[in-house]
Amino acid sequence: MFGLNKKDFGLMVIVAILALAAPFILNPFPEGSAMAQFNAGYPDLMQRLVIFGIFAIGFNILFGLTGYLSFGHAAFLGVGSYAAIWMMKLLTLNVIPAIIVSVIIAGLFSLLVGWISLRRSGIYFSILTLAFAQMSYALAYSVLTPITGGETGLQPKYTDPRILDGALEEGQTPRANLFGLDMNQGFELSLGGWVFTFNAGYYLAAVVMLIAFYLSIRIFRSPFGMMLRAVKSNQQRLNYTGLNSKPYTLAAFVISGMYAGLAGGLLVAMDTQVGAERMFWTASGEVVLMTILGGAGTLIGPVLGAGFIKYMENIVSKINKSVLEQWFAFMPDGIEDLLITLVYPFVGKGWHLTLGLLFMLVVIFLPGGLVEGGQRIGRVFRRRDANADSVESDAAEQRKPAAE
Amino acid sequence: MAILEVKNVGKRFGGLQALGDVNLSVAENSVHAIIGPNGAGKSTLLNCLVGKLIPDTGSVMFDGQSVLGRKPYEINQMGISRVFQTPEIFGDLSVMENMMIPCFAKRDGAFRMHALESISNERDIVGKAEHMLEEMKLIDKRNMHAAAMSRGDKRRLEIAMCLAQDPRLLLLDEPTAGMARADTNNTIDLLKQIKEERDITIAIIEHDMHVVFSLAERITVLAQGTPLVEDTPDNIKGHPKVREAYLGETQDAA
Repeated sequence: MFGLNKKDFGLMVIVAILALAAPFILNPFPEGSAMAQFNAGYPDLMQRLVIFGIFAIGFNILFGLTGYLSFGHAAFLGVGSYAAIWMMKLLTLNVIPAIIVSVIIAGLFSLLVGWISLRRSGIYFSILTLAFAQMSYALAYSVLTPITGGETGLQPKYTDPRILDGALEEGQTPRANLFGLDMNQGFELSLGGWVFTFNAGYYLAAVVMLIAFYLSIRIFRSPFGMMLRAVKSNQQRLNYTGLNSKPYTLAAFVISGMYAGLAGGLLVAMDTQVGAERMFWTASGEVVLMTILGGAGTLIGPVLGAGFIKYMENIVSKINKSVLEQWFAFMPDGIEDLLITLVYPFVGKGWHLTLGLLFMLVVIFLPGGLVEGGQRIGRVFRRRDANADSVESDAAEQRKPAAE
Repeated sequence: MAILEVKNVGKRFGGLQALGDVNLSVAENSVHAIIGPNGAGKSTLLNCLVGKLIPDTGSVMFDGQSVLGRKPYEINQMGISRVFQTPEIFGDLSVMENMMIPCFAKRDGAFRMHALESISNERDIVGKAEHMLEEMKLIDKRNMHAAAMSRGDKRRLEIAMCLAQDPRLLLLDEPTAGMARADTNNTIDLLKQIKEERDITIAIIEHDMHVVFSLAERITVLAQGTPLVEDTPDNIKGHPKVREAYLGETQDAA
């Protein structure tokens, strides 16, 4: 169906259901309960989950398939964001042109960066992309201030020309919209103790993510995707098989750059501001972590990794000392203090520490990422079933002679 | 008629003259072996033929066209396929995928952006790949990880991948290096069979005299970067210069 085989179609359906029902799934705890702070079903976080999912899906097309590790993909995200915000300043507050232009500009920029960086492979390629991204960051932060807003960044103002929209009244805040539908618009649904928030921006981002995911499945299953895996597996053999690996890797680089630009454009569509820090090298590193944590080269892995990291960044980082005190309040004083002292470094601002530990564990024990973890659990269950069968049949065998 | 014409090729690495003044002519539809002791420049010569190295002097003509300055993939598309000393295959891909890639390369050329097509819809490619695997008796391993195969199977797959492109010249770099006698004999039989069934020229670099004398129609002996003699196997066996420079040495070793 839709050019997918049965298994991929099933995966697509599951992802679609998860994405569309996210406001329910991510809000499992009733409002006001002690666990409510683990709810992730608020628009800002849900938008980030899917947008960084798009970023990681695109990154995976480059890194997961070809094995070329780019350390500069945040540059394309940032360029996409700047392009989108300029569309909103000059053309219209409608998000569609902003998103389309952000993809195109990021694609062109990645064509330039990729064309130069792909002259080298391995660590040299990574360093070249890192250098490009840091140069872009430095340019955006200082030299290009007239275009990027420098330190303060950019946001649409009511004074902007916006040739397609009517003029805004003085002091009115420009809001991004989709043909008049405000991206911040939404409604809350109260069911018993639960409150579910449905947000227009989130659903736009989710639909775009589903399209991006669908395209990535198609790319993975195409002859082109097979060639990219061949690049990773044995570039020498590929070249001696009459195939030019350069345009293949460059195409993968540009596609992943366009995905990054799409994510950047969507970030602006959800929250109409951008600053240079979006291009900083840590942001490039984050998407590498997401992809590896989830499972590089797998279809769903990068989305899982992105969701996992963004969830931790927003939820675990909010656990502060008073929350811990609440949790351990039932314990005797001495033990309570001890536990708080032990746990505190790993939560709140220390969430990076937890992430780092988890990342190490995954890389060492699950080289295939969270996806491999899932597969192993699945296998254990299947084996247990198989074992149970064989144990029973063995037992039956043994019973037979006894009965005779 | 010569399909491959090497004229006055020289290659120097720093102070080492790897190839002196090599002249070599491989006749179409023949099996031509290049032998020589270690360091004779066999691999350097081969690398000059496939575009990995560019010789300092001389010319290499394939079917009337110069290959010098062309990239390995361009030379391959001209009709030269190379089998490596250790089998070079796509280890992370399945055997079937390994087989399909050269089929795509043959049909679509060096690059094609078929990113939204499905492999399973490529009936002619799948059919051709399956046919090749059947011919090489690898069809029951089609879904296996190529890296998990035995060395002999990897060699067969690599040869099959080269043949899928219908090359006019097949270059083999010590195809039986490190193989047990039985595997070596299988490879010899396979190459004989290939030669019988196809219009193909085979150039082979080999250490193993058994392989060379069972296959080759012409032999070039290379020593210290220059061809010593070129002749038929029978004449080479009895040639005093060759015995002195090469064969005597290996017979003693054996």
